[in-house]
Amino acid sequence: MENADGTVRAPYRDYKAWLDKQDPALMRRKGVEAENLFRRTGITFNVYGEDDAEERLIPFDMVPRIISGNEWRRLSRGIEQRVRALNAFMHDLYHRQEIIRSGRLPERLFRNNDAWLPQMVGFTPPGAVYTHIVGIDLVRTGPDEFMVLEDNARTPSGVSYMLENRETMMAMFPELFAQVKVQPVSNYPRKLAASLAACAPDSAGPKPTIAVLTPGIYNSAYYEHAFLADQMGAELVEGSDLRVVDAKVQMRTTDGFRPIDVLYRRVDDDFLDPLTFNPNSVLGIPGIMDVYRAGNITIANAPGTGVADDKAIYSFMPEIVEFYTGEKPLLPNVDTWRCADPDSLKYVLDNLDELVVKEVHGSGGYGMLIGPTASKKKIRDFRKKLEAKPENYIAQPTLALSTCPILTRRGLAPRHVDLRPFVLCSPDGVDITPGGLTRVALKKGSLVVNSSQGGGTKDSWVLDD
Amino acid sequence: MTDLDIPFAIEKPMLGRTAGRIFWMYRYLERAENTARLLAAGHRMALTRGAEEASVEWRSVLTTLGLLSMYEDHYDDFLSAHVCDFVLRSKSNPESVLSMFERARTNARACRSSITLEVWEAVNEGWMSLRDLLARPVRDSNLNSVLAAIRRESTLARGATHGTMLRNEVYSFSRAGTFLERADNTARILDVKYYLLLPSLAHVGTALDTGQWDNVLRSLSAELAYRWLNAGRMDARSIADFLILDVRFPRSLAFCFSAMRDNLAALARLHGKEGVAHEAMRAADMRLTGKTVEDIFDQGLHEFLLEFIAANASIASAISEEYRFVA
Repeated sequence: MENADGTVRAPYRDYKAWLDKQDPALMRRKGVEAENLFRRTGITFNVYGEDDAEERLIPFDMVPRIISGNEWRRLSRGIEQRVRALNAFMHDLYHRQEIIRSGRLPERLFRNNDAWLPQMVGFTPPGAVYTHIVGIDLVRTGPDEFMVLEDNARTPSGVSYMLENRETMMAMFPELFAQVKVQPVSNYPRKLAASLAACAPDSAGPKPTIAVLTPGIYNSAYYEHAFLADQMGAELVEGSDLRVVDAKVQMRTTDGFRPIDVLYRRVDDDFLDPLTFNPNSVLGIPGIMDVYRAGNITIANAPGTGVADDKAIYSFMPEIVEFYTGEKPLLPNVDTWRCADPDSLKYVLDNLDELVVKEVHGSGGYGMLIGPTASKKKIRDFRKKLEAKPENYIAQPTLALSTCPILTRRGLAPRHVDLRPFVLCSPDGVDITPGGLTRVALKKGSLVVNSSQGGGTKDSWVLDD
Repeated sequence: MTDLDIPFAIEKPMLGRTAGRIFWMYRYLERAENTARLLAAGHRMALTRGAEEASVEWRSVLTTLGLLSMYEDHYDDFLSAHVCDFVLRSKSNPESVLSMFERARTNARACRSSITLEVWEAVNEGWMSLRDLLARPVRDSNLNSVLAAIRRESTLARGATHGTMLRNEVYSFSRAGTFLERADNTARILDVKYYLLLPSLAHVGTALDTGQWDNVLRSLSAELAYRWLNAGRMDARSIADFLILDVRFPRSLAFCFSAMRDNLAALARLHGKEGVAHEAMRAADMRLTGKTVEDIFDQGLHEFLLEFIAANASIASAISEEYRFVA
């Protein structure tokens, strides 16, 4: 919120002027009010392995994170460039593999990757779209610099919190939105539905049937699945509702089976089709991959896009962007050491206490080492794992991550944040909702923002200036 | 035109699984409410009679709820506090009011995109508030307000349904579930007390245990309506007539069947066809239509009620089959 010299940064000026006039006790009461609102509407998050807290709230902080319109325009260009490159990369990887022939990307990277699906080779999804919905995790590292921390091309979650956080802020501080002009996010569900419909297969009629596939009410993101289906006016289905009938994926309705044209699936590839992938999956639909390959259904995101989530692939993103767009990347990567490379491994082992080390296929903040805050023992243990399988890890510097203030009992206090904008791709183009989900580490000094590990969220504003 | 005469053919039939969830969500809400009513009446009876009679009363409440043998596994007395705790919140009772509400809420959550925000909030908030109220054993002095809260939470959910839901399939399944459950509950309450009516029928002029019958009426929220219609008269014939055949009373068997018939007819119109559910409904209807209370007593009240409960259950399974609740 502030510059190094203590002055308020430009985008925050109007907000700060408003905040200074608010009674701190009232603000705290509003915090309780917001929490009750979340509980009542059931905006909850299931945490694996906690019995008594089956449904938890993601803590919501009421101080918005604010980005100027100018800065956002710059960011959007970088995000769009990156997402277009990702989509082209997926197509190439499953067709001619020019990027490997050209020597820019080592073949072992995806050959060893479980997310790479041989079933997708030579097949082009409807509209040639692989990454229908992408979440790009960004961190601010300087006054004018954002870097990409991660690309989420599999099934990025959190968009419902982006929408609900805004609704909550507008419900609690309507007068604030009259004073500060913020670009709206509320049309995301409508745009998502339109974007998915635009990716429907040729076999679909003028009004394609869209369904959201959820693993069920015990999944950690169930609330979001139900919310998106509701907001889009789409069906919310589980694997047991679906069956392949007459070469189409159909849902069991009260009036018999009805075909689905676009399936926005929130289950992993592995669980999609027990005939093709994990034979023990009860979440999936036997035979859906055959229907898919026959061009009779759109699966979003396309199976096999998880390759792009891989952190070893991530380290090649600058090359990937340049290869497919012919332009220099507008958004830089965070420096990354690939531990598969012996020189890098040596450096990482020598500097474990200063680095963040992540599993290549990991997600959700699990299985990582944060050197500066880890105990000696933890570093020792991690060293063994790293030495045993170096190709499983990458390392990054602990960044001078930017902070945003949160409201604590003792007033405002800085905490580390990241930002996940949500991007939609269809043959009609790329659309980025202004803002996204700001995740915030609630513990002082902590760098882990994942909600599965006690992180919170904020409303994210892009100013209409 | 009533609520259900909708001129639209079905455009987007709902998922069979969701229909099942809706059906059961409303059954559990209805059952929770009726259980609270039954407890309130039982409690009143226990307060106004001696210990012996109070035990008998609690026993019959547990029988009505189908919980007697499970209860006897845990207690060897029929103290009010024990019975109420068992029925309302005991972890050893999977059919407790708290777990019924929890199941209603789980069902609501599983078909969240088929109900309105108002209905979801009513069920979710109802569950949250009952979870708090029933976190500890309920003190005697507090029992009535807790029972009132249970009725109120169910009523709110039903009201939100009535006021905000589209009159489509979802609504018809919700109503079918509500009335099917209510018919079952009314029949069970009557069946547990049917023997009280018998002596008064056999011997004309025998004094009816009016306290007992007041209590049956009370457990169906029917005492004032009955008095209003019968000007203080209390006889076996008119009580049975009222609770079984009077289509004005919304908890009578005839009223519940009429509502089920209407909602099944609405489903048939939407789907453009009838099936096993409608056949089962018609078969069950035959037991009721055109009958007088004398016919029923001639057949035997107990036999009549047992057959009614079985026929009602077969409608439930026919609905589940016809509308593909399960794969």
